[in-house]
Amino acid sequence: MLTTQFLLLGAVLFCIGIYGVLARKNAVMVLMSIELILNSVNLNLLAFSVRNGSVDGNTFALYIIAIAAAEVGVGLAMVLLIYRNRRTIALDELSEMKG
Amino acid sequence: MLGADLLVAQNIGFSIIAVMMIVGALRVVTVNNVVHAALWLVVVLSGAAAQYLLLSAEFVAITQVLVYVGAVMVLFLFGTMLTRARIGAENDLNNKNWKIAIPVSLLMLGVMSWVVIDGFADERLIENPGEMTQVPVLQISDDIFGPYLLPFWALSFVLLIAVIGAIVLARKD
Repeated sequence: MLTTQFLLLGAVLFCIGIYGVLARKNAVMVLMSIELILNSVNLNLLAFSVRNGSVDGNTFALYIIAIAAAEVGVGLAMVLLIYRNRRTIALDELSEMKG
Repeated sequence: MLGADLLVAQNIGFSIIAVMMIVGALRVVTVNNVVHAALWLVVVLSGAAAQYLLLSAEFVAITQVLVYVGAVMVLFLFGTMLTRARIGAENDLNNKNWKIAIPVSLLMLGVMSWVVIDGFADERLIENPGEMTQVPVLQISDDIFGPYLLPFWALSFVLLIAVIGAIVLARKD
């Protein structure tokens, strides 16, 4: 197995996630794209963990999984709050904070 | 050289799962139905767990299945349900500038692939894939409760604050 193949898969997933964050309007879809990005980072960490023969990458991947779970929980709570106040979760209609 | 590598069983597995993951990820960001996008995300996350197994990280793979495919996916489906997104297809899931996102992400992909290929060329991840040993869970726990204890405490506080914050945000007064 080559190092490049895992890193390239991570890069492809990362860029698809970036596209999702930029292009999607629905807030839940944006959160899903963020999950794609976090997963590509995990893939890179584990590939480098094998490459360097150390378990640090595994530990970091576990921390990232925990942070991602917390992020989705808070993110969806915020989406629910926005939906309750505005009756919509379309991100381009939320313009109260616009300067 | 690359041809000899392609014959290794791990590489065949990697290719099949990688194609599956990329197709799933593309469907997540292009499909016009929120529930279908969540289900395609399951494909990507399970594929990622399989790749972690290929990288001999079984503990992370199991955690991935438990946390992502189990908990996070249920959260997403609840979020979809509670925000009353239409169950069927919707036409306006993309914002009006979505076309600009395509060149941006392609440019990023180009730069990142160039850096990766330039930096690692055809370096082997491990000389002989057959001798890859599984990472013992004991070693991971020694790592978490040894040198990385402080981040672990910080992580516990983050999770606690996330739970309290989610309750405070979502509570109806």
